[in-house]
Amino acid sequence: MKIGLHNNKDFLAGLLLIGVGAGAFYMALDYPFGSTRSMGPGYFPRILAGIAIAFGIVTLLKGVRMPELVKGRWGWKPLAMITLSLVVFGWVVERFGFVPALVALFFISALGGHEFRFKEVAILTVVMTIFAIAVFVVLLGLPYPLIQEF
Amino acid sequence: MEIFHNLIYGFEVALSLQNLVYCFIGVLVGTAIGVLPGIGPLVTIAMLLPLTFNLAPTPSLIMLAGIYYGAQYGGSTTSILVNLPGETASAVTCLDGYQMARQGRAGPALAIAAIGSFFAGCVGTLLIALFGPPLAEWALKFGAPEYFSLMLMGLVAAAVLAHGDMTKSLAMVVVGLLLGVVGTDVNSGMSRFEFGIAELTDGIGFTVVAVGFFAVAEIVKNLESPEKTEVFTKKVKNLMPTIKDLKDSFPAMVRGTAVGAFFGALPGTGPSISAFSSYMVEKKLAKDSSRFGKGAIEGVAGPESANNAAAQTAFIPTLTLGIPGSATMALMLGALTIQGIAPGPQVMTSNPDLFWGLIASMWVGNAMLVILNLPLVGLWVQMLKIPYRWLFPSIIMFCAVGNYSLNNSAMDVYLCAVLGLLGYIFAKLEFEPAPMILGFVLGPLMEENLRRALLISRGDPSVFFTRPISLAFMLLAAFILFIMVAPAMRKKKEEVYSVHGA
Repeated sequence: MKIGLHNNKDFLAGLLLIGVGAGAFYMALDYPFGSTRSMGPGYFPRILAGIAIAFGIVTLLKGVRMPELVKGRWGWKPLAMITLSLVVFGWVVERFGFVPALVALFFISALGGHEFRFKEVAILTVVMTIFAIAVFVVLLGLPYPLIQEF
Repeated sequence: MEIFHNLIYGFEVALSLQNLVYCFIGVLVGTAIGVLPGIGPLVTIAMLLPLTFNLAPTPSLIMLAGIYYGAQYGGSTTSILVNLPGETASAVTCLDGYQMARQGRAGPALAIAAIGSFFAGCVGTLLIALFGPPLAEWALKFGAPEYFSLMLMGLVAAAVLAHGDMTKSLAMVVVGLLLGVVGTDVNSGMSRFEFGIAELTDGIGFTVVAVGFFAVAEIVKNLESPEKTEVFTKKVKNLMPTIKDLKDSFPAMVRGTAVGAFFGALPGTGPSISAFSSYMVEKKLAKDSSRFGKGAIEGVAGPESANNAAAQTAFIPTLTLGIPGSATMALMLGALTIQGIAPGPQVMTSNPDLFWGLIASMWVGNAMLVILNLPLVGLWVQMLKIPYRWLFPSIIMFCAVGNYSLNNSAMDVYLCAVLGLLGYIFAKLEFEPAPMILGFVLGPLMEENLRRALLISRGDPSVFFTRPISLAFMLLAAFILFIMVAPAMRKKKEEVYSVHGA
């Protein structure tokens, strides 16, 4: 495969670092810098952000000079499903209770895998939900309503 | 003798019923995840951390430590039986261990691995008891400049010696330090990087970062390519090694323990490098080095002792100085802070039951592992048949519920999702997560000590170079950086890590 900038590992890595550093630096501009003798809340973060940008530039240049491919493929589908399953869990558990949140978490995260067998996921959900209730609610005594009335 | 007094006190703590139970749970879970490929001690400790919030400090640390060294045992079992290292530190064991198994000597290989680990564990425990107290006493005299320099050295060493590109590892330390800044500034009361989210004024929770960067990112990485299914059934008989086996492997165990104890205590190096170095030592010292790779028992005994010794001595800087040398140790420190215990040299005097109990429990846990592992080998191998598609949703469940349970707030789960996403992108661009978590743990302490040091010196940065201990740490940091930039050393480092990649 030809290496362009979009799949050049170190170029992208450098960009990411510069982005993180620049973002942090910009936000830290709002915090007083102070002096070396008596540092303000902006001192440490601005220095760190500066270092991050510097490392980012070094990495980016390395990518341009010695291009290397990003290894393997990007797992966008599992990434989306796993992230979504966490977000949905958080949203559902506060509104509808523990059990619906777990059911949603298992089905959505399982969609991120390579094989989705409905029956298997259903059994896994039942078994692990019972396990989770036993461990978290019964044993550890966490005060979560299993199903919220709505 | 004070050591014995202390150790006896430690055993009293470790042998209480409650602590025995948690130690047992720890080593059991540890062995299981050591056997399972695709889930290591880091992920497990990260996902179980929130749960320890509800436990007392001593049992929770005992359990987490059990997971850590238990995983090493489990990893060696699968290395020997099926040529699959469940854990990076046992990759070297595959070389000769699997060959021994193919020659029908799986039993002796497993037994020697267990005996070597147990021996190394005993020595490691003694070393901590011996060196811990004087080191902590010395560190109690440190002022802010010494602490800052020590942390700087620890972070530099950890980043430079760790796997991967040096610049990127150092950059990851900085990213960790920045994440550590999030929250209210202690000196001015100003909240920083809080993105208008009220929950962030208390800072990002340690477990949120650990779970996001280690567990979530790791799972997504494992899901990139389809799962490989392996089929194997093996029966292990004749566990007993012969007298000759024991005689051949004993010197290797001693050397392996020494190598491991040394690398374990250094920041940035750990069980993996120890195991590899020990293998090289054995191969060099052997009369007939051609036997290696064909089932030489020293090739199992040395590395297995080394990785276990390293796992133990890694606790020395962590518990006595409050400076973690590896990501796992950073998680251990995180577990301490969750419990409201500030890590540092005072832990030994303020929480003696925790310090000595934990040390004694490692010995107890190692004994449990020998008893647990050898007869149950068949059962562990059966566990390899569990498909990953059942495992990963269950891991995600632990991550979600664990983080939710910390503050009963969905915000922690959302943050974990965001950090997981970020963690995956970083991992994909070959940034190592370990230096990040070290920076994150040490960040707030570093800023505080930097400020204090410069306040005392009235803004004169030379304070870091005029006080002798601080100067020594600074020079050491510069030295480590310098030798690693040298091309010859860099090449050597790549060689060491190339074995694990295989």
